[in-house]
Amino acid sequence: MKLEAVLAIVLMLLIAVPASAAAWEPTKPIEFVVPAGTGGGADQMARLIAGIAEKHKFSPRPLLVINKAGAAGAEGFIDVKGRKGDARDHTIIITLSNLFTTPLHNNLPFNWRDYTPIARLALDQFILWVSTTRPDKKDFKTAKEYIAAVKEQMGKPEQMKMAGTGSAQEDQILTIQLEQALGLKFTYVPFRGGGEVCVNLVGNHVDSTVNNPIECVSHWRAGRVRPLAVFDTARIPVGEWKDIPTVKEALGADVSYLMLRGIFGPPSMPKEVAAWYVALLQKVSETPEWKKYMDDGALKPAFATGLEYVKWVEENETLHKELMAKGGLLKK
Amino acid sequence: MGLENLFHGFQIAVTPFNLFITVLGITLGTIIGVLPGLGGANGVAILLPLTFTMPPTSAIILLTSLYWGALFGGAITSVLFNIPGEPWSVATTFDGYPLARQGQGGQALTAAFTSSFVGALFSIVLITFFAPLLAEIALRFGPPEFFAIQLLTFSSFIGLGGGDPLKSLVSIVLGFILAAVGLDIVTGQLRMTFGFVDLMKGFDFIVAVIGLFGIGEILLSVEEGLSFKGIRTSMNLRVVLDTWKVLPRYARTFVRGAFIGFWMGFKPGGATPASFMSYAFAKRFSKHPERFGKGEIEGVVAPETAAHAAGVAAMLPMITLGIPGSPTAAVMMGGLIIWGLQPGPMLFKDNPDFVWGLIASMYTGNLIGVLMVLAFVPFFASILRIPFAILTPLIVVICAIGSYAVHNSMIDIWYMVIFGVVGYVFKKLDYPLAPLVLALVLGDLAENALRQSLIMSQGSLAIFVTRPIAGAITAVALLFFALPVLTPWWRRLRGNPTVAHET
Repeated sequence: MKLEAVLAIVLMLLIAVPASAAAWEPTKPIEFVVPAGTGGGADQMARLIAGIAEKHKFSPRPLLVINKAGAAGAEGFIDVKGRKGDARDHTIIITLSNLFTTPLHNNLPFNWRDYTPIARLALDQFILWVSTTRPDKKDFKTAKEYIAAVKEQMGKPEQMKMAGTGSAQEDQILTIQLEQALGLKFTYVPFRGGGEVCVNLVGNHVDSTVNNPIECVSHWRAGRVRPLAVFDTARIPVGEWKDIPTVKEALGADVSYLMLRGIFGPPSMPKEVAAWYVALLQKVSETPEWKKYMDDGALKPAFATGLEYVKWVEENETLHKELMAKGGLLKK
Repeated sequence: MGLENLFHGFQIAVTPFNLFITVLGITLGTIIGVLPGLGGANGVAILLPLTFTMPPTSAIILLTSLYWGALFGGAITSVLFNIPGEPWSVATTFDGYPLARQGQGGQALTAAFTSSFVGALFSIVLITFFAPLLAEIALRFGPPEFFAIQLLTFSSFIGLGGGDPLKSLVSIVLGFILAAVGLDIVTGQLRMTFGFVDLMKGFDFIVAVIGLFGIGEILLSVEEGLSFKGIRTSMNLRVVLDTWKVLPRYARTFVRGAFIGFWMGFKPGGATPASFMSYAFAKRFSKHPERFGKGEIEGVVAPETAAHAAGVAAMLPMITLGIPGSPTAAVMMGGLIIWGLQPGPMLFKDNPDFVWGLIASMYTGNLIGVLMVLAFVPFFASILRIPFAILTPLIVVICAIGSYAVHNSMIDIWYMVIFGVVGYVFKKLDYPLAPLVLALVLGDLAENALRQSLIMSQGSLAIFVTRPIAGAITAVALLFFALPVLTPWWRRLRGNPTVAHET
C-alpha cells in the first residue's frame, strides 16, 4: 500500500510539473511530412531541421522525415489533412508552392485553410540561367542579349527551350509570366527535379532555366552556367549573388516570384501544440547551421508566424490563382 | 593525379573509427537490404540526422557503407525467397531462386556476392581515374539519348522469353498501363485515377514486385500442398571456395555486366535497366540459353555484376554534377548540403579530402562488405532448412512490412495482396512476369524521356537519329528488335539451319 502511494505521488508530480508550466511536449516521434521527393529543396530543408533539432537537443523526441511525393505532393497534403488526435499533434508538413498549384491545377480536395499555420521559414529565389558553352558559340552575357535571341528564334524550329521542374508548377508559372511580360515564346520542357534541370542546361540540351540558386550554384562556380537576372524586386544581398541584376533592372519588366518554404500542422491543431512547434522552429532558425544553409542557397530569411504568416499565404494564393488563370493552367 | 590523391584518401578512410563506421554501415545495410521495401534510400534517410554530429567524411562513409550493404543484401531475399529487395535484384530472381530450390542457394549467393564485388570494383576504378571525363560524357545525355537507352533495354529483352509472343505482349502492355497511373509530369494531370485519392500516387514498383514474385510464389507453394519441407544444404564455407572455382568460366559475363552497369549507372535510374540488359545479353550470347531461368549460375552473375556496378556509378553524377544517380544518392546529396558541402563540379576542388576519402572508402567498404556477406553464406543458405510452414508466415509478414515501408501506407499492403494473386494467375496460365515488371519500372521513365524529346524537337522523330549518340543507340536497338527475324535467315544463308529458333 505504502509503495503504491509513493508511486502515485511520484507519478502525479511527473505529470503535474510539466503541465503546470503550461507547455505541451511531444510524447512520441514527430512525423515530418515532405510532399516532394528525396533530395529536393523541401526535402533538404526538412532533413536539415531534423538534424539541427537532433544535434542541439531542441526536441525530446526525434523528427522523422517522411516523403509523400505522389501526385505533385497531393499524397502528403491529403494524408496530413486526415490526421486526428495524438497523430495530429505529432505531425507537421513542409510546403512548397505545390500547396497552391496542385489543388488549383487538379481540383484536389485540399487547401491551405485546412491546415494549422505554424511558421514561414524562408523564401526561395528564382534566377534566369543560361549555358556558357553553347554549341553555336553564342555567349549571352546579359539578359537583354538572351531575350533578343529568344525573340529571333520564336516560331522557328529552333525556338529557345526553357527547362523547369514539373508542369503547372512554379517554374512553368514563372516562364509564362516572363513570356507574357515581354511578348516571348519558349518551348517549355518539364523535368523531374531541379538538379536534373540544371544539368540539362549544362549539357546544352535546353537553352535556359529558372532554377533556384542552390540547384545551379555549383555549376556557376565551375563556369558552366551564367545567372542573368533574379526574379525578385531586389538583388540577393549575399556574396557573389549581389552582382546579379533584378529582372526589372535587366529587362525593365516587373516579373517577380518567390517560393514559400513554410510549415503547417494538421487541421485544428491545439494552440499549445502549435506554439511548441513555433518555438522549436524559432530555435532552429537561430542556429549557425541554419544561417549557413540560408546563405549558401541564397534563400531569403523570412521567419514569420501567426497573422503575418496567414496574411502572406492568403495574398500568395490569390497571386497564384491570377498567374495560373493568365497562363491557362487552372483546372477547367 | 589519381593515385596520389587516392593514397591520401586511404589515409582518411582507413582510420580505426572510419573502419568501425564501415562495418556498422554494412551490417545495417545488409539488414535493410534483406527487408524488401525498406531499401537503401529509406535506410540512408533514417540515419541522416544522426550523421549531423560527425565529420562529413565519416558521415558519408557511414551512409555509403549502408548503401553497399543494401546492394549486397538485396540479393539474399531474391535468391532465397524469390522476393527482390530492390528493383535491380529482380533479374537475380530468374535464376537465383531456381538454384535455391535445387539446394544450391549457397552457390547462388556466393555467385551473387562475388559478382556484386567485381562490378563494384570495376566502377570504383573507373571513378578513381576518369571521374571528370566521365562527367563530361554524362552531360551529353539528354532526353533523346535517355530514351534511346530505354529502347535498347526493351529491345535486348524482346524475343528472349520464348513462349507465346502474344502472352508476352499482354504482359508488357499491362505493365505500361500500370506505369501510367498517377500524375503525368509532362502535363501535370492525373491519369487513370478515376477520382480515387489512393490511386493518385500510382503503383510503386517495389510493392508490385513483392506481390508478383514473393506472394505469388507462396500461393503456388501452398497449392502444391505444403509438401515443401525445407531444403538440405550444407552449413560449410567450402561452398564459397567451390563456387569460386567455377566463376572464372564466366569472365566474359563479368566484363560485359560491369561495363553495361557502369555505363548505364551514371544516368539516373540506370541500375535496373542495366541489370535486365546484362541478363538479356548473357542469355543471348550463352551457348546454353535454354538453361536460363531454370537455375544457371551465369543468370545470377550477369544482373548482379551490372546492378552493383551501376549502384557505384550512381555516385559519380552526385560528386561531379550535383545530380543524384539513384534515389539513395539523392538522399546522400541532401546530406552533403546539410554537412555544409556543395555537391557538384566544384566538390573535387573545394573538398578534396572529402571526395578522395569517399572514393577510398568505396574500396575498403566493398572489400569489407563482400568478406562479411560471404562469411555468412552458409548461414543465409541454411535459412531454407526451416520447414515451409514456419517460414511462409514469416515471409508474408516481412513482405507486408516491406510494402508498408515504401510509402508508410496501408493501401500498399492491399496492392501487394492483389499483385500476389495476379502473379499466381500469371504463373498458372503461363504468362511471363518479366515483361510486365520491365514495363512497369521503365515505362514511366521511357515515356517521360520520349515526350521531353518530342517537345524539344517540336514533334519531329528525327531527333532520335540526328543526334550522334542517340542515333547510334537507336540503331543498335532497332537491330535487336529485328534480330529474332534476322537470325534464322542469316543462319540459313550460312548453311547451318539446325540451330535456328533457339532464342
